[in-house]
Amino acid sequence: MHALWPLAAVGAAAICGIVSAAGIEDGEERSGVDFMTPETQALQADDMSNPGMLWVLQGEQLWQQAEGRADVACAGCHDDASQTMRGVAARYSAFDAATERPIDLAGRINSCRAERQQAEPLAPESDALLALTAYVAHQSRGMPITPATDARLAPFRDNGRRLFQSRIGQLELSCASCHDDDWGKRLGGSVIPQAHPTGYPLFRLEWQTVGSLQRRLRNCMIGVRAEPLDLELHLTERARGLLVETPAVRP
Amino acid sequence: MARALVNVPKMARQGEVVEIKAMIAHPMETGYRIGPNGSNIPRDIIRRFACSYNGEEVFSADLFPAVSANPFIAFTLVATTSGTIDFTWTDDVGKIQTASAMITVN
Repeated sequence: MHALWPLAAVGAAAICGIVSAAGIEDGEERSGVDFMTPETQALQADDMSNPGMLWVLQGEQLWQQAEGRADVACAGCHDDASQTMRGVAARYSAFDAATERPIDLAGRINSCRAERQQAEPLAPESDALLALTAYVAHQSRGMPITPATDARLAPFRDNGRRLFQSRIGQLELSCASCHDDDWGKRLGGSVIPQAHPTGYPLFRLEWQTVGSLQRRLRNCMIGVRAEPLDLELHLTERARGLLVETPAVRP
Repeated sequence: MARALVNVPKMARQGEVVEIKAMIAHPMETGYRIGPNGSNIPRDIIRRFACSYNGEEVFSADLFPAVSANPFIAFTLVATTSGTIDFTWTDDVGKIQTASAMITVN
């Protein structure tokens, strides 16, 4: 009897494993682009009509522009972004040793501004910061998402998973209630996607502008009537293997 | 810094009908919205878009508050001679933004 307990524990763990993975089966991961209307898909597919490209274009100009007391441009150190920034967005967010916290791409750009360029940080959701982030992320377009394997990220990622599965807000919904359990079904007139952050910063028709993943998360928090939380690490882990689309378009 | 994307085919045959696409970053603020402090957000839209082919205006459009942000305009031209195609966008505050592209006709 005594020997059965570890077996039972293994069994329970296996069942839990199945339960937590039940939302999206392996090989079933689909980008939000698959759930959009053909018109919106066409808007994203054509670089000439994708409004997100306006931000990429601005980012390209900012990349070359000397800034701050150091009077150096991003290109001054990083040179040609198409070489040096390729694949960066596919593995972000990363662990920042200085603050001992995870840091996203926009955060890294701002910390680089402060340390190397000795310039004022760009405001969150400002056009300039979104443009630079979109430009850097655009260099990874078409590459599979491969989240950083840094062990120091594990506790933050686990926390993200816990938050993703915790019921919150007045509506008592977790992220998983919709995006793991009920993806593909409809909420009002809209299809519920799997919530993969494949194309951020992205152009949202509803916003009429480009916005960050943080802004999108705040939207969902308002949707379930709760306060914002940081989930990015867990979301990129869920989206492992999906292709980067920046700048994506979403309805 | 003008943020505009224009798409003009680099090459075309004489007499060919070519599609031209032009998009510019602009908030197209309608003037009907109220800001967080309760006062009106002033109207700021692009009033006029014009396209000239070797200096001659060949297409223009008047825009109104119902047009979305970052207006995207597509139209066709008959390729006659090689030269430049210039685009201008004029907004409410009188700011004129321009872009241009070359086309080779043979």
